[in-house]
Amino acid sequence: MYVIRQWSTRHAGMLETLYLGLSPALFKLLVLLSQVTGERLDGVITWLEKILKGLLFDCRMCGECVLSSTGMTCPMNCPKQIRNGPCGGVRVDGCCEVKPQMPCVWVAAWEGSQRMRHGQRIEELRFAVDRGRTGTSSWLALARTDPLERKL
Amino acid sequence: MSVADRTARDHESARPADPGDPLPRLPGHVSRGRFERVLRAGHFAVTAEIAPPDSADPVEVAERVQLFDGVVDAVNATDGSGANCHMSSVAVCALLTRMGYSPIFQISCRDRNRIAIQGDILGAAAMGICSILSLSGDDVSVGDHPQAMPVFDLDSISLLETVRVMCNESRFLSGRKLTQAPALFPGSTINPFVPPYPQRVRQLRKKIEAGALFIQTQYCFDLERMRDFMRQVVDQGLAERCYILPGVGPLPSARTARWMRSNVPGVHIPDAVIARLEGSSNQREAGRQFCVEMIHALKELPGVSGVHVMAYRQEKHVAEMVRKSGVLGQRVPWYPQADAVEIAADFHTPDTPDTQPTAAQSI
Ligand code: SF4
Repeated sequence: MYVIRQWSTRHAGMLETLYLGLSPALFKLLVLLSQVTGERLDGVITWLEKILKGLLFDCRMCGECVLSSTGMTCPMNCPKQIRNGPCGGVRVDGCCEVKPQMPCVWVAAWEGSQRMRHGQRIEELRFAVDRGRTGTSSWLALARTDPLERKL
Repeated sequence: MSVADRTARDHESARPADPGDPLPRLPGHVSRGRFERVLRAGHFAVTAEIAPPDSADPVEVAERVQLFDGVVDAVNATDGSGANCHMSSVAVCALLTRMGYSPIFQISCRDRNRIAIQGDILGAAAMGICSILSLSGDDVSVGDHPQAMPVFDLDSISLLETVRVMCNESRFLSGRKLTQAPALFPGSTINPFVPPYPQRVRQLRKKIEAGALFIQTQYCFDLERMRDFMRQVVDQGLAERCYILPGVGPLPSARTARWMRSNVPGVHIPDAVIARLEGSSNQREAGRQFCVEMIHALKELPGVSGVHVMAYRQEKHVAEMVRKSGVLGQRVPWYPQADAVEIAADFHTPDTPDTQPTAAQSI
């Protein structure tokens, strides 16, 4: 259990480099695509995002992806859905108070962030997610925000 | 003290006309509460946790709070602690303000979404509640209603941010304006006793940035770890930005201590503490003695502004433990009946020397 997720946290640095390297081109493509096709491909793109991030990070599709700020660890796997963790219940072995078999998502997030160039982003305050966006694509949302405000 | 003197002092805003009313707000204060006053005045503060009753009878709340008379500056009403069902914290706090006490309204994110929480914050302020403690909350799986839906719409930091927005910007999260902003002294919790240890100081910084002005910690049974934590907190200048009150409590027995260690999330009890209880003929007494020593030792730690006593099922010993620790010195925290006691004292023994500690010296 949690093997791939843990692998991703261990390789957070490499995944970050990959993301930072590929994302400008991919986002350009995505922007272009959504300009040309409108919303017709939204379903497919959302599905792709779900599959890929689901596999690598057990992504929960909250719609406000913060993986690149949280050590490539999805905080929505925290049973308390804490976006500014960890809580005060982490076990001595670093596992979750609610799910003793699962390494605390936020302990992993801190570890992963130490391996990343922009690891200090984990210290930023993050307000609770907009639940209305659950299930929607963060990629599309990013592609459709003003390029000046886009934070990869 | 003459009645005239007392009236003069009252006029200096030592207490409201009706004990249930919040005090006038002092310059630089964010709330009208007694708890904030005590801390800002530089006193070593004592708070205690009241266990909300499993009852619809307000008298049970009164009986429980009176156990703390004259030894605590504020009373924390827990919000379904351990995910068990009890009288709601906002109701307990409202009853406490009616009696004149200074409650700390604990809000956990487990049971309510942002709509309910913001409504409760306004309602709490309207009922004279001046201090608020933001918590994530224990998961429903550890309590007596594991079938319940865990909400966790906000987390403790988002909740602090919500309080800040409502108090400072006089609006709801949605942007809709309030006709009167609440004036609350916001706090939160930290547990320095569980991993990842280095992150706990950063977590504190985050909470301060989100608006926390006071912090109550999980039970401290490990003074060395607390010392280490406080050293970093002081070095990083965080102790000047918020008041830190470590949590303390009496362990009833070595067996319970072992049970707590493995079953209560976030509780860390070193082996040496359990061994000390085991080696004593009266474990309950030894547990209380350890607590007294801990309170005393914590007062000496730089950056510590008070203690928070959580004496589950030993509430009746809180007063004795706080007195024994000597941390209040001559100060007697104000409580609603203090005036009556004082008036009676004036009446019967008019020449009571002024050096006697009375509620007069309290805030
Ligand atoms: S221990 Fe970690 S994963 Fe579990 S509830 Fe707390 S913060 Fe979330």
